Amino acid sequence: MKDIVIIGAGAIGCAVARAFSRYQLDILVLERESDVGEITSAANSAIVHSGYDPEPGSLKASMNRLGNQLYGTMCQELDIEMQRIGSLTIATNEEELNILDSLERRAALNGIPIQMLSRDETLQREPNLTPEVQRALFAPTAGIVNTFELCVAMMENAMDNGVRLRLNEEVQKVIPLSTGGYEVRTNRGTCQARVIVNAAGLFSDEISNQVNSVKYEIMPRKGEYFVLDHFDPDFIHHTIFTVPSSKGKGILVSPTTHGNYILGPSSEFVSEKNDCSTDSETLEQVLAAAQKLVPSIPLNQIIRQFAGLRAYEKSGHFIIEESRPGFINLVGIQSPGLTSCPAIALEAVRLAQNTLSLVDKPDYNPCRRPVIRLNKMSLEDRAEFVRQNPKFGNIVCRCEIVSEGEVLDCIHRNCGATTVRGVKKRVRPGFGKCQGGFCQPRIIKILARELGKQPEEIRYKSPGSYILFEKTRGGVQK
Amino acid sequence: MTSAKIHEEQHDLVVIGAGSAGMAAAIAAYDAGITDIVILDKENSPGGILLQCIHNGFGLHRFKEELTGPEYAERYLVEIRRRGILCKNRAMVLDMTPDKEVYYSSESDGFCRIRSKAIICATGCSERTRGAIRIPGDRPSGVMTAGLAQQYLNIDGYFVGKRIFILGSGDIGLIMARRMTLEGARVLGVAELLPYSNGLNRNIVQCLNDYQIPLYLSHSVKSIHGKERLEKIVLARVDDKFQFIAGTEQEFLVDTLLLSVGLIPSNPLLEKIGVKIHPKTRGPLVDETMQTSIPGIFSCGNSLHVHDLVDFVSEEGEMAGRAAAQYIRQLDPQSGASGVNGLKSAVNSHYDNQGNNTVQAVSGKRIVTRPLEGIGYLLPSFIDYGLISEDNDGFVLKFRVTKPYQKVTLLVKQGDTVLKKLKKNYLLPAEMEHIKMKKSELVTAEHELTVEVSND
Repeated sequence: MKDIVIIGAGAIGCAVARAFSRYQLDILVLERESDVGEITSAANSAIVHSGYDPEPGSLKASMNRLGNQLYGTMCQELDIEMQRIGSLTIATNEEELNILDSLERRAALNGIPIQMLSRDETLQREPNLTPEVQRALFAPTAGIVNTFELCVAMMENAMDNGVRLRLNEEVQKVIPLSTGGYEVRTNRGTCQARVIVNAAGLFSDEISNQVNSVKYEIMPRKGEYFVLDHFDPDFIHHTIFTVPSSKGKGILVSPTTHGNYILGPSSEFVSEKNDCSTDSETLEQVLAAAQKLVPSIPLNQIIRQFAGLRAYEKSGHFIIEESRPGFINLVGIQSPGLTSCPAIALEAVRLAQNTLSLVDKPDYNPCRRPVIRLNKMSLEDRAEFVRQNPKFGNIVCRCEIVSEGEVLDCIHRNCGATTVRGVKKRVRPGFGKCQGGFCQPRIIKILARELGKQPEEIRYKSPGSYILFEKTRGGVQK
Repeated sequence: MTSAKIHEEQHDLVVIGAGSAGMAAAIAAYDAGITDIVILDKENSPGGILLQCIHNGFGLHRFKEELTGPEYAERYLVEIRRRGILCKNRAMVLDMTPDKEVYYSSESDGFCRIRSKAIICATGCSERTRGAIRIPGDRPSGVMTAGLAQQYLNIDGYFVGKRIFILGSGDIGLIMARRMTLEGARVLGVAELLPYSNGLNRNIVQCLNDYQIPLYLSHSVKSIHGKERLEKIVLARVDDKFQFIAGTEQEFLVDTLLLSVGLIPSNPLLEKIGVKIHPKTRGPLVDETMQTSIPGIFSCGNSLHVHDLVDFVSEEGEMAGRAAAQYIRQLDPQSGASGVNGLKSAVNSHYDNQGNNTVQAVSGKRIVTRPLEGIGYLLPSFIDYGLISEDNDGFVLKFRVTKPYQKVTLLVKQGDTVLKKLKKNYLLPAEMEHIKMKKSELVTAEHELTVEVSND
């Protein structure tokens, strides 16, 4: 019997795995997708929220505040790209000014440092903001994070410390055992564990409802976004928010950790948990709302649209509980879930102590081997590094300037990439203007070579997402 | 890490890109007396996009015969080899400076710096993607640019799918419709947003009509469906404002959607150092010698503006090569850079948001060009009028019309003075127009040079 089975390897599952990996435990993570951080954790605003906005006294408020505080150390230990660029929530009319005032009071109750900026101060920080801005709430502790790297790094570090991860394995049934503990049946087998952590995101209600009498309901809430190329590092410096509404935090315009810009999200409930489609009408609304914040958004720099689903529980709350002995629910972790993940993981550890006795691992290492980032090196260091590691001289992605060496490294680490999207999420080939036109054939060849597969066996993401159909036999075929 | 020196080389001329423009430029510069040249190319071998264009139809103007892409490239490769011009492959240029330093990276050489006297950028173009044209829906695999599918098919030997739909009737899309059909895939149709095709007429006939592949004009893809791999697209008719007309939707069950929806000159290196970019072409502003707003940095081929025929790419490359050679020759070490008289760049011109020149030709040395009625863009952006000699007298105006025309007149004017009047039976946006001019035909330095379509 394993000590812990964690269901789901999104940001929450990965954070939980890492938090438990410091103890002498036998831990298995089951993930139905082909990579960690693949669904909600891959399609969100990638913001480390300051935490002024959640309802004071709520779990969201405390998890957000603590999560934000934990990010600094975590990102340092795991070499995750994160920058505290600060956020500006702006008001352009009387009604929004009133909301801004109430947010200021809320920030005080939540214990979040903020500063109210005048129109001039705001425009001085962000000259491209709408001239209609009247005031802004500045939250200096807000940041941006590479959400893809976050999940990968947390899981890699957990695996470095002994956690095991099984991908493409979907939990179908969790059955409480009369002798204590649980049996977990998947599409590929069965295992038993003393503690279950339900971090199944959009599907966390279904997992929980199998064993608990209190029933939850995840109502997937879709957010659609635009991504712009990295055209000008000085276009926008902070995360710019509209004032929040009942539907969520509202539309934001923000730089990303790679100098791109992100616009969005919309917020609409959808019926299907796998409906990540975009639609023109919603995207037009997102764009119009973003242009109200920043009128001069250059439309010819738009390189991609995407949609993500928030795991919104009907109550609207984070559900963090030991619902029955040894069964830890992490349900309804929508925004600010990404920010809260290190704090939620500590909560999961606290709850597990009812069942498990936690003994520190003597050789636990909280740090991940740093990632080689050629573009952050000086020219001389880069030249010397490439001299000693020639694969880092072979550039395979022209838009994002990624070398073969970096791709190889991301394949061969723990929690390494096995798909084209996996490589993209880790070291960025395919994120640029040409959207994979140059790099994709190269990435397929490298993946095939390194994984001992044929190129046509390499997938974009999930097993059905083939890129190459079959070899041609040459000449005319009938 | 210990700080070591960057490997450094020195060459008179760096050509970036070994496609049709870059090869022609290097050869022309060599023949004009500048023999210390290095070509840097990111691909495994020189030839550029020609290598994956295994259909024929290349070289009708240049060689008066129909060659395949690789055959056309080979003609230039032979000349490169004969001259012993250095060509480094799998070498990616990462940066350059206005002082003509070029940084590149490769597995064999490492991270290197080249100091040069002039640079020719022949970096080609890239294909517009799904994200750029914002097709909504799911995001499965199986949606890709036509050029990428062409590479998988012709270079790597892989089908990307078996049931294909193609959006965009540009030449790559048309060629791929035939190519996929010949290989045994089923092409269900080609859709074009405009009421007319943007491909060459010969390609419509030879690639679609000959294989009974339907062409849906004034249609576009409304949505994409499929969780993992593409399963279905919805096609619908658009009105004259390109808005979908409700009720015209039709579904196609396909595993592959190829996009041939436009090419954009690829100039990240020039953009990074602040070279002025033409808002319409997305290539740099250049004078009649293909020199950009930074002296000694030249541009040609599809990174300057997207061409219809490779023959004209080669010709433009040669012009850039000769101009770069002249620039280098005139750099007299004894007198600094003052020798570049007559080739000084038009750094001070500006374009407004509509792509119109806002600076008048005031120096008496430089004439600004402006596209008028019916002309989408006009190159070069300026013409140096200061120093006319026999060998720099000629220049070529290049442009595309904004829509198809029949039985019209092209007027080249300065102010109210008509310099040239050309009767045209047909003018198509798909075809680049050329008008050969002489500086000595210009009447004044005071007025812009304009081109327009006239019904007279």
